[in-house]
Amino acid sequence: MIRHTVGRLVSTVFVAVVLALFALPMLWLAAAPFDASPTITTSVPEFTLANFAAILDNPYALGSIGNSLIQGGGAAVLVVVLAALAAYALSRVSVPGRDVLLYLLLLLSSVVTGTAAMVPIFELATRLNLIDTHLGVILVVSGGLLPAAIFILKDFMDETPTSYEESARVFGASPLQILRHITVPLVRPGLATIGVWALASVWGGFLFQFILLRDPEKSPGSVILYTLYTEGGAPKLDLISTFSLLYSLPVVAMYLFVSQRYGFRFHGGIKR
Amino acid sequence: MISLHGLTKVFPGGVRALDAIDLTVADGEFFALLGPSGCGKTTLLRTIAGLEIPTSGNIRINEADVTRLPPGRRDVAMVFQDYAIFPHMDVTDNIAYPLRIRKVPRAERVRKAAEVARRLSLADLLHRRPAQLSGGQQQRVALARAIACHPAAFLFDEPLSNLDARLRLEARTFLKRLQRELAVTTVFVTHDQAEALALADRIAVMSAGRMVQIGTPAEIFQRPSTTFVASFIGSTPMNLLPGTSTRGALHVAGAVRAAPAGLGEGDEIVYGVRPEYMGLSETERQDGIPGTVAVLENLGTGVLVTLESGDHLVQAVVPEGSEPALGVRRWAVPARSLVYRDGALLA
Repeated sequence: MIRHTVGRLVSTVFVAVVLALFALPMLWLAAAPFDASPTITTSVPEFTLANFAAILDNPYALGSIGNSLIQGGGAAVLVVVLAALAAYALSRVSVPGRDVLLYLLLLLSSVVTGTAAMVPIFELATRLNLIDTHLGVILVVSGGLLPAAIFILKDFMDETPTSYEESARVFGASPLQILRHITVPLVRPGLATIGVWALASVWGGFLFQFILLRDPEKSPGSVILYTLYTEGGAPKLDLISTFSLLYSLPVVAMYLFVSQRYGFRFHGGIKR
Repeated sequence: MISLHGLTKVFPGGVRALDAIDLTVADGEFFALLGPSGCGKTTLLRTIAGLEIPTSGNIRINEADVTRLPPGRRDVAMVFQDYAIFPHMDVTDNIAYPLRIRKVPRAERVRKAAEVARRLSLADLLHRRPAQLSGGQQQRVALARAIACHPAAFLFDEPLSNLDARLRLEARTFLKRLQRELAVTTVFVTHDQAEALALADRIAVMSAGRMVQIGTPAEIFQRPSTTFVASFIGSTPMNLLPGTSTRGALHVAGAVRAAPAGLGEGDEIVYGVRPEYMGLSETERQDGIPGTVAVLENLGTGVLVTLESGDHLVQAVVPEGSEPALGVRRWAVPARSLVYRDGALLA
């Protein structure tokens, strides 16, 4: 009996500690922006909205959220469209060595892209006049996301029985009609997942954007956040927390919207 | 009318799924392709639909050569084994989908879908999604969608196999009546011999990519042309017993039976008797196969009795209540029999 009580006590304390570990940063993010003089500890704020006024005065802050939307949205659209087409083809046509190709792509993309490939990518972007352009960022980050996106979407496509498409074909639908009427609606939860995932990864991405963009007018929020320091190099916690809160709102809104609109659900309709 | 000439399909890798198939299905006929799995029946159906391209041979539908036409231009409608009704569309949109492809205006499509749905008792379900329908309802939606496009022919791939046993019998009757009323040429694939016998006007029994026998259900049931068909057709398997012909008589598992004309001295034959046509005698008979009752299986209206006769098992169906006791000796007397030589029907 005592052993049982102690066991429950220990596990409850453990869960509480773990929860606190996750909850405290969130609490800080919710409280610090409204605090007149925030520190790195979480406390009940001396309520003020002055921090929001200050961040709106920052010449780059609001524009950077727009830049993030352009770059994240552009990359998400590009990744979803290209990955869907590639995954569909890979799922429906059997090419010799298809699986090896996919695994190789996935492996190389996680090893090569990112820090290791930074110098050649920068060189490539310079030669193609893509430095300091939204397009440059979109292309580079999309390239990094595509292999995983194709891999995940191919799984979704594999799970969609071909009899749907064959049925539409017998009724005379053209390949484009089949794609529009049947395949895309069927894998929409997958497409929504990939879109959200792509946008969220670009949203929080820093290194590519930091290196490929010179003009702060074009920098996304994740880079601008890095400029919110005093000349002495100390973080301006009031501005950083306020901007972090603002910067995270669009992503939260997007998650809610997508899960409500497309809902990661499936209707059935094939008798198994 | 659907006619096939020398239709052959060899898959990459060398599997010969169809081997020079010749077949004509008459207008309005309900035609069954019957065979064990892997015999090529589904491939044949898919080739008629245009989902597989034949290696050689040609396909005509109502006199037009459609061998090279894409599926959508053959004027056929197919119902898939898994129904393949689109999960993201409601019943109306599913039924109206073929009309949407033909650019029929929306209002007309909805009207047409409702009309077909009423006929198939789906009128109250028009706004449901497939996931909210029972198996039988899903099957009827798939049928309705096929009917809505007024095709020259229906192709059904195992249309009843996904329904549970009770529902299957109801759906069978329903399907046969519907086909009668619509009078549209229909080819359907099944591995269930009872289904083929019950539904079809004619049946083609297939094995290893070839047609083994084509005929009416009565012909196929009464005179299976080979021992393969004989063993495949019938709800209780046919007794197939080896025998020899000597001096104008057949010697089969201890019984002496009259030999048909055309048998030579010492020919090896297979003697086929359906258990339904096998009687049991309590007294010894020269024309009866002697055996000991080994198993009794209740079939409801009858009992399937298995006799052990030397190395052979002989089965007979007797009316309920008249079954012998286990272990007693009986003589199985064939009432109707078939004689096969080298696997082919002799008499």
